[in-house]
Amino acid sequence: MNSLMAVLAPEAVVFQSAAKTSQEIVLILARKLERLGYVRPSFVDAVAERERTFPTGLKMQGGGNVALPHADPCHVLKAGVALATLKESVAFANMEDPGERVGVDVVFLLAINDKDQQIEALQTIIATIQDAAAMRALKCARTLAEIKSVFG
Amino acid sequence: MTRIKTILFVCGTGVATSTAVNVAATEAMKQRGLTFHARQAKATEVPSLADDVDFIVATTPISGSVTKPVIKGLAFLTGIGKDKILDEIEAELRK
Repeated sequence: MNSLMAVLAPEAVVFQSAAKTSQEIVLILARKLERLGYVRPSFVDAVAERERTFPTGLKMQGGGNVALPHADPCHVLKAGVALATLKESVAFANMEDPGERVGVDVVFLLAINDKDQQIEALQTIIATIQDAAAMRALKCARTLAEIKSVFG
Repeated sequence: MTRIKTILFVCGTGVATSTAVNVAATEAMKQRGLTFHARQAKATEVPSLADDVDFIVATTPISGSVTKPVIKGLAFLTGIGKDKILDEIEAELRK
């Protein structure tokens, strides 16, 4: 059973966002996490800055590309994951090769503050992004209930 | 008996993807009968830590000034080419 639902902050899930750039979608998700009390106000800028120097776009096999933006734990108050699916893919720089751009359809914004406690959450995210069928379902979903029916 | 080697797992923040890679590599090497010491760091800390480790597994590009072997750990996140990366890590551990 994939426990993605246990990891997600349900109020920080955005479906079929019309965001046009990686900065825009990261900002939307980061502001949600901030309003929900997951992160400090400094988180938003920290993620954007981190993305400029250490981008997180990942080229996947099959189910489309993903990005896993995050920031240093000092900006995080409690652990949680925000999720966005995009109507049209936006360009993130590649984690492995920052000079290269990858078109990303699904973004997981990670608020991580304790690596030891959150290993399971990280493994859940990794397992999810490697599961092409799950990612296809995620990309098509319009509601939290639809995600629950896949990942419940 | 050979000395237990130390791997430095690196990502942009030293907590997220490096943790996932560390756990996955530890598990996979255990299955191959190999153990190692693991350390984690953010990419900017690597030049000051590299001397104390045997090799590096990183999900971010590493400064060219680092002379220790660097293995790209991205396969642990994408699943693409993971076996090859595991073989590389095993080879470094058996050196």
